[in-house]
Amino acid sequence: MPTLSKRFSIKARDYLRAGEVSIEVQGILKKIGFDAELIRRVSICAYEAEMNVVMHGGDGTLHLFVDTSAIALVVKDSGPGIENIELAMKEGYSTASEEAREMGFGAGMGLPNIKRNSDSLKIDSEKGKGALLAISFDRKVG
Amino acid sequence: MELAEIKEALKANLIVGEDKLGMKIEAGAGGDLMSDLLRRPMNGVVVLSGLNNLQVIRTAIIAGVAALVLVRGKEPDPGMVSEARTHGLPVLSTPFTMFTACGRLFRQGLRGLDQKLSD
Repeated sequence: MPTLSKRFSIKARDYLRAGEVSIEVQGILKKIGFDAELIRRVSICAYEAEMNVVMHGGDGTLHLFVDTSAIALVVKDSGPGIENIELAMKEGYSTASEEAREMGFGAGMGLPNIKRNSDSLKIDSEKGKGALLAISFDRKVG
Repeated sequence: MELAEIKEALKANLIVGEDKLGMKIEAGAGGDLMSDLLRRPMNGVVVLSGLNNLQVIRTAIIAGVAALVLVRGKEPDPGMVSEARTHGLPVLSTPFTMFTACGRLFRQGLRGLDQKLSD
């Protein structure tokens, strides 16, 4: 039974609001009183995943779970899906639009950054079927 | 190095963060690619960027950046200022280009994240 479970919606192509969900997640984790480094890692992953939905997805959701042993983020979208997950995990590989690049995104680092900053990343996606990311973080004691 | 020294070295205009001039800055980073700034947590790091939009502010808040400097005289719009203020992120604007601004801070003894990791 999670001690906290909260779902947020993310709108595709809404660059003005992009990042608000992740900042809200950061605020929730701060209020609970997690270690600052852990909060930064979770926030970075939430933000990269949120930006992926904004840039590539149809609309999507980010679900935050907190229990006694872990923090998890489950991010789902109804976008075009990831055609080649192995390629998408390579730094520098990007299918982002010009619009996203002008905003400083689309450098092909989103998924690699999520992997680097999390303890576990599972991706479930097929072309045309959206994407599901399950990201988790071990809670450290002290 | 304190934020006040960075402000001076960059002849910068402080837009948000009057109360944070005494903050200790441990390292510097520069970039216009948001994901470069999201490689790892950035606590104690001043970030220099030529990107002047709301996303650079949000990226800095998310990564835990200590302070943000906009280069080449860029001035943030009211939405950026309000977001930075809400989250306590100091924002400065320097007339120098990215290269010159980084060089001036390096000359003052500030080092990049590579040094922070290996020194």
